[in-house]
Amino acid sequence: MIKLLVRNIIRFVVLVLLQVLIINNIQISGFIVPYFYILFILLMPFETPKWLLLVFAFALGLTVDLFTQTPGMHAAASVFMAFLRPYILGMSAPRDGYEAGTFPRIYYYGFQWFLRYTVILVLAHHFILFYIEVFRFSEFFSTFLRVLLSSLLSVILIMLSQYFIYRK
Amino acid sequence: MRNLLRFIIIYHFFFLFLLLETVSIILIVQHNTYHRAQFINVSRSLQGSYYEIFGGIREYLSLRQTNRDLYMENTLLRNQMDRLARDRESTFENRYDSIQHRQYSYIPARVINNSINKQFNFITLNKGSHHGIEPEMAVIAPNGVVGVVYATSGNYSTVIPMINRNFRLSAKIRKNGYFGSLSWAGSGYQESILEEIPFHVEIQQGDTIVTSGYSAIFPEGIMVGTIKDAEAIEGNFYTITVDIAVDYKKLIYVNVIRNLLREELRELERISGHD
Repeated sequence: MIKLLVRNIIRFVVLVLLQVLIINNIQISGFIVPYFYILFILLMPFETPKWLLLVFAFALGLTVDLFTQTPGMHAAASVFMAFLRPYILGMSAPRDGYEAGTFPRIYYYGFQWFLRYTVILVLAHHFILFYIEVFRFSEFFSTFLRVLLSSLLSVILIMLSQYFIYRK
Repeated sequence: MRNLLRFIIIYHFFFLFLLLETVSIILIVQHNTYHRAQFINVSRSLQGSYYEIFGGIREYLSLRQTNRDLYMENTLLRNQMDRLARDRESTFENRYDSIQHRQYSYIPARVINNSINKQFNFITLNKGSHHGIEPEMAVIAPNGVVGVVYATSGNYSTVIPMINRNFRLSAKIRKNGYFGSLSWAGSGYQESILEEIPFHVEIQQGDTIVTSGYSAIFPEGIMVGTIKDAEAIEGNFYTITVDIAVDYKKLIYVNVIRNLLREELRELERISGHD
């Protein structure tokens, strides 16, 4: 339990640093920005209490916000994503539920399962984030394009990271 | 109460979600300049349409008074027109250059929100930048000075009335031309204070105060009010209490004055190092 907590906290720190120090500085025409740090919410254990999920997501978003000087934006998007997570997990659960001692990863539940899970949540997160960023609906489609392209890039990064880091 | 608590506990996930989102939105609106501006824009236009509805009702109820005011003003204008026509005949002036002869243009507007009981009162008008209104334009009613435009959005604008503590106006006594600075002391919507009139000037209760025209905002000679009371503080200058001509409680139709030559005047004064 303690080991799990420590591992998650380390992951938290590493992902935030990776996001704010490296990924935020990679600019693809200022139009497309991948947000990799949400991997943290994707990888939290199945057994995490739902409220803790929200609290962690809020803390995560706010930490990223601190570095990007946009208080509240990432927090709002991350909390929304964490709110959806239990429902998405419930929707895509295997027939006999998730086994104890497993984690939401490719290694346990396969590429297709993880891709679906990732795509839905990443889209939800990016959707909220980008619309809050523009804060109006007048340029709906150009924002929507940004959401789609950025989500694509984020999903690719997240899927790749699964093969690089969590090979097991 | 117990039931409410149980309800909250059962749906704690959802409530926590709502709480955290609310906190995020508050953070966004408070700390991001762009988002705050956007938020204020939306709430202002909502407010504007709300006031417009109630303004419409108020306007209908005071039609009789408005009609009478318009009638009076018509008479006044008719009189002036007659006099002007005669003036022109007598001086054999037959060239008419619209640019040179016209310094001010008037934009009619309606008051849709109005406060009179605060220290920093504001008036909202139903015309905005789409109708040519810009900040720092003068606003007058048929019977005198109302205020100065403070900010505009597309369809609405806010006005700092004479009864706002930030309001300053250069005004003079009509009969002898001595000018001073008019401001509001926050003491009721019918009184304003005129200062810097030297002690040796003869004044009487009931003397008319008009705008001096020095500010490039107001034309000269627009009615401000009448002298109600005067006292000499510290010997050299009068502090004059002015009875404001406009009744802010009944304000509905106003005119916004655009000074067509303001830019030219400003530019010249800037070059001359005058400010």
